[in-house]
Amino acid sequence: MSGITYQRGREPHPKEHRVVFRNVDRVGWDTGIDTFLKEGGYEQLKKALGMERSAIIDEVKKAGLRGRGGAGFPCGVKWTFIPPGNTKPVYLICNADESEPGTFKDRYILHQDPHQLLEGMIIACFAVGAKLAYIYIREEFPEAAQIVEKAIAEAHAKGFLGKDILGSGFDLEIYVHRGAGAYICGEETGLIESLEGKRPYPRIKPPYFPAAMGLYLCPTIVNNVETLCHVKHILEMGGEAWAQTGTKNNTGTRILCVSGDVKKPGYFEVEVGKVTMGEVINDMCGGLKDGRKLKAVIPGGSSAKVLRADETFTVGRGDDARQLTIRDIPMDFDTMAACGSMAGSGGVIVIDDSRSISWVLNNLNNFYAHESCGQCTPCREGSLWMKKITDRVVAGKASPADIDTLYGVAKNIDGRTICAFGEACSWPTESFVEKFRDELVADTKPELEGALVSAEPLTAAAGLR
Amino acid sequence: MSEPTKTDLVDVQIDGVWHQFPKGTRLIEACRQVGVEVPHYCYHPKLTSPGNCRMCLVETGMPPRPMPGAEPPQPDESGHLPISWIPRPVIACANTVAPNMGVRTTGPITEGCRQGVMELLLANHPLDCPICDQAGECTLQEYSVEHGKGESRFREQKVKKPKNVEVGPRVRLDDERCIMCSRCIRFTDEIADDPVLGFTDRGSHTVLAVYPGRELANNYSLNTVDICPVGALTSNDFRFQMRVWFMRETQTIDTNCATGCNITVFSRQNRIYRIVPRQNNDVNSDWMPDSHRLNFHWIDSEARLTDPMLKVDGVHRTATWNEALSVAAERLASLSGSEIAVIASARMTNEELFMTSRLVKLLGAGHVETVPRQGEADGYLVSADRNPNTNGVKLVLGLENPGSTLDRVKSGIEQGRIKALIVLQENLVDDAGFSPELLGKLDFLLATYPIANPTTGLADVVLPGACWAEKSGTMINVTGRLQRLNKAVDGPGQTREPWEIVRDLVHALGGGNGIYSVTEVFKQLAAEVPEFKGLSWGQIGDLGLPLIETGETIPALEREKERKAAGIIVG
Amino acid sequence: MPFTVPAELEAEIDERITHYPVSKRSAVLPVLHHLQHHFGYIGEEAVEWTAAKLGLEPIKVLEVVTFYPGFRQEAPGKYHIRVCRTLSCAMAGSYELMESICEKTGIDRSGVNHHHPIAVSLDGKYSIEFAECLASCGFGPVCMVNDDFHESVADADALLKQYP
Repeated sequence: MSGITYQRGREPHPKEHRVVFRNVDRVGWDTGIDTFLKEGGYEQLKKALGMERSAIIDEVKKAGLRGRGGAGFPCGVKWTFIPPGNTKPVYLICNADESEPGTFKDRYILHQDPHQLLEGMIIACFAVGAKLAYIYIREEFPEAAQIVEKAIAEAHAKGFLGKDILGSGFDLEIYVHRGAGAYICGEETGLIESLEGKRPYPRIKPPYFPAAMGLYLCPTIVNNVETLCHVKHILEMGGEAWAQTGTKNNTGTRILCVSGDVKKPGYFEVEVGKVTMGEVINDMCGGLKDGRKLKAVIPGGSSAKVLRADETFTVGRGDDARQLTIRDIPMDFDTMAACGSMAGSGGVIVIDDSRSISWVLNNLNNFYAHESCGQCTPCREGSLWMKKITDRVVAGKASPADIDTLYGVAKNIDGRTICAFGEACSWPTESFVEKFRDELVADTKPELEGALVSAEPLTAAAGLR
Repeated sequence: MSEPTKTDLVDVQIDGVWHQFPKGTRLIEACRQVGVEVPHYCYHPKLTSPGNCRMCLVETGMPPRPMPGAEPPQPDESGHLPISWIPRPVIACANTVAPNMGVRTTGPITEGCRQGVMELLLANHPLDCPICDQAGECTLQEYSVEHGKGESRFREQKVKKPKNVEVGPRVRLDDERCIMCSRCIRFTDEIADDPVLGFTDRGSHTVLAVYPGRELANNYSLNTVDICPVGALTSNDFRFQMRVWFMRETQTIDTNCATGCNITVFSRQNRIYRIVPRQNNDVNSDWMPDSHRLNFHWIDSEARLTDPMLKVDGVHRTATWNEALSVAAERLASLSGSEIAVIASARMTNEELFMTSRLVKLLGAGHVETVPRQGEADGYLVSADRNPNTNGVKLVLGLENPGSTLDRVKSGIEQGRIKALIVLQENLVDDAGFSPELLGKLDFLLATYPIANPTTGLADVVLPGACWAEKSGTMINVTGRLQRLNKAVDGPGQTREPWEIVRDLVHALGGGNGIYSVTEVFKQLAAEVPEFKGLSWGQIGDLGLPLIETGETIPALEREKERKAAGIIVG
Repeated sequence: MPFTVPAELEAEIDERITHYPVSKRSAVLPVLHHLQHHFGYIGEEAVEWTAAKLGLEPIKVLEVVTFYPGFRQEAPGKYHIRVCRTLSCAMAGSYELMESICEKTGIDRSGVNHHHPIAVSLDGKYSIEFAECLASCGFGPVCMVNDDFHESVADADALLKQYP
């Protein structure tokens, strides 16, 4: 990044490729619109307003931009799901409910570069024909909500929002909507229900596919913060040029968030698939803590299936088949899926050999039991059940048979719920039991089989860590 | 809408057998149509589908999508493509049929889902079936037997929730039994327009609640008890009264207003314990008003008339039917027809009214009338006409405007022109504004009624007439639908069905015609009244049939039709 | 304290409601946020006021209030602390941080359960609860004090000193 200086201690790693995070931690950068305009801000909006809507969507499709919220669904394709001949109003919602454990990227965009998001969002609204849009910001980001609202006011004052934007005849209002502390609002139909003032119970699909029947039962596009930011850069570079970054089908850059047992955790914007897990952990994050060995990695937010450090992963088919160690895995959507997990939201949680697997799993089960919305049976009943079992495992009050039950409960949730929370809450348990059964069983006592015991909820439980 | 044409139909394989269904049919309904029941809790065809219980998960499949360049799949000899089964199950309540789709309601995937959901539903359930009113008609019990595993792996402490909550004057809630299907909430939101119920808290701790200080008090509140698939919502009136498996069910109709809601009467040993609505999509859908369903306790009242009575020296004494009827016949025979008026009731069946018309003819009675009962329509199911058979009165008794000439009867008595009154199943003092003084001017008053009342108190001859639950017959509701009333219990003591009483009176007056059953009355009625021509008792069936056009509609049904047309509900 | 919504607050709320031209019900969350910001928590009156304001049955507001942990149904302390409990922060010591803060503020969390997640110090100055992932996992343990965000909180004393 020639000409840009970053705050000391927060400089990008040389293997980073900063696009969306270009201005994060930048010395002399602020959230004001003047700063943004000095660096070519809103120029892409001006360009977009002179384009055919379909041409913008084509650029995004050519770029191959995949959603950065977790599912990795192609953004341009999502936009085309609005029914042809639609006569209802179209809405766009920016999902800024960042709450997948291990993920902390949107926070910095909202706090440090809100106009980048607004520009991408206004272009996206123009492309899909939305005249009313909301930014759903999680409640725990109160400052971000203020910053974004100020940015909206500034954009309004400059004519980038409101009636007849820059004389194009296009009208758009964007409002900030604050959540209130619910992971489920990251699920797009849960978010929509929340925005309608109801309990954020995800909707069944079919029939409630947001692009056809979303907010107020009108076509609605829900995109993640990082995804919408990329729209601006795609217009700037052109879809094809943008697609030159990253790797095939896994184009562009994305922000990886690394936490857990590494020396220097943090966020890193990299070309998708151009760095490996080993490079992320060893180079970018300074390696494991001294004297520690890698035990496991949760590669894409807490819902992603855990990878065991000593596993060998076979990816590719036929002649292309190759064996990878955990350190060889390129950080892209498709390889991570081939390894049996997912790149998800880009949150990498590193676990070293000092950690108790039972404790880690129990912590996650606590999270999912707390965050289950309770609408549908498997997740409502199963998430708390799984937590209660691992409470007992951690407390030394479980038997080996409980591990089988734990696995069975997870299997009874997986694939049977209204929304993807079912997988989110069952995959950790499934993968931890599949890959660390030995460790989990080691924390149980055979003589407790069939006993009626319960564990008090955890306090510190430091001894077991 | 016209019948679906060939192109509107899609071929679907259900459990190995191909069928055709109209496009848009939900899988659960398609299965039902071919006799395959898909277990479910939250789905209700009259309500929106949230898909929350997950009990109706089924395995489905579609024709395989060929890889690019590969040969497309070929149809078999029956013209159907092979089915590629999908490991992820789908809910049958919200997914619709698709061409060449396969559905499996058996097999490891579907059965595994059902077992899993049952185990999860019961994990935190109190399993208090022995003291639960729902026992015997609880879908948790039913599906446990049919689809459960028979054992639970759950060894944790169950979640504690509120019990014995008064959510309204007539409905009580046990949150630990609730399976969060949200049927009751959807009913109050979508049908009763009284959105007082909701879920509070979240996750496993979610509870059904009514806002503190508010109550579920609308006149349709007990429908939530009917649609609750478990014992979470129970009726204060029925609670702990009788185990459901001991009771007899009689399909009949409500007589509290002209709508004629279809109902099932639950009784044991000649006593009614409960009335619930019975589905009839042309009358009451699946619902009925609380006021109507609870109006039956008087049937066991101490004040029931059990024997014929004669007034001797100003005091009533019991008599045999023969005695009472011959006294009545003697007194009536001494008067000329113009001196006799007959006040029948629009609560009487067509058969009773038909016999009444015979009596009127035989006596040459100068006046015949019925008592009107007007109230306010509630915009749902309660009709402004609180008589169940005003249309029957018009058709069978031939009154053009029933109740409009009561004042002429009154003045006739006042002026001494009318000397005798035959009052059938009405209480003129309380319900028609006849003062005791006025009735005192009569030479002869005969009254039939189920319960002692001021009118029977004044009568020279009192005859115990069976109430609606104790008799059979037909009625015509507000929309002109002919429906059957079926006897659920026997009347007390010597009570007779009103059609029998009138027949016996006709006999006593010398006009015998040898009718021994209500179906015979109907047969004669059908032969004489043009609108009934060609109809038989059996044809009417349990759901009735349209008889005449009245131009009237039932508001709750009209709204349901709109929701169905909009695709919001299955209907 | 009697429940009175000051005119300026109501004006702000009314302005917020205009952000939802399609459905007033959408404004449930913002209205509740404003009320909680002013009153510290959402009591019964706030629920009923919100319901009346938006033309809803109060149960429909209570459904929302009780769903979101972001709405407190009990009065917090002057400084309300939310400590992140989820994995990365727990690995970085958030349970220890919780214990340390409780010890230094004299907060007793023994009565905390699902229905009462918040514990308040005897003097009412501090209140505390665990929160799920606050989305700063690389810099744990993290916590929020009222609207302020704190990363890598190693020393409870140093944290509390900022909130006298």
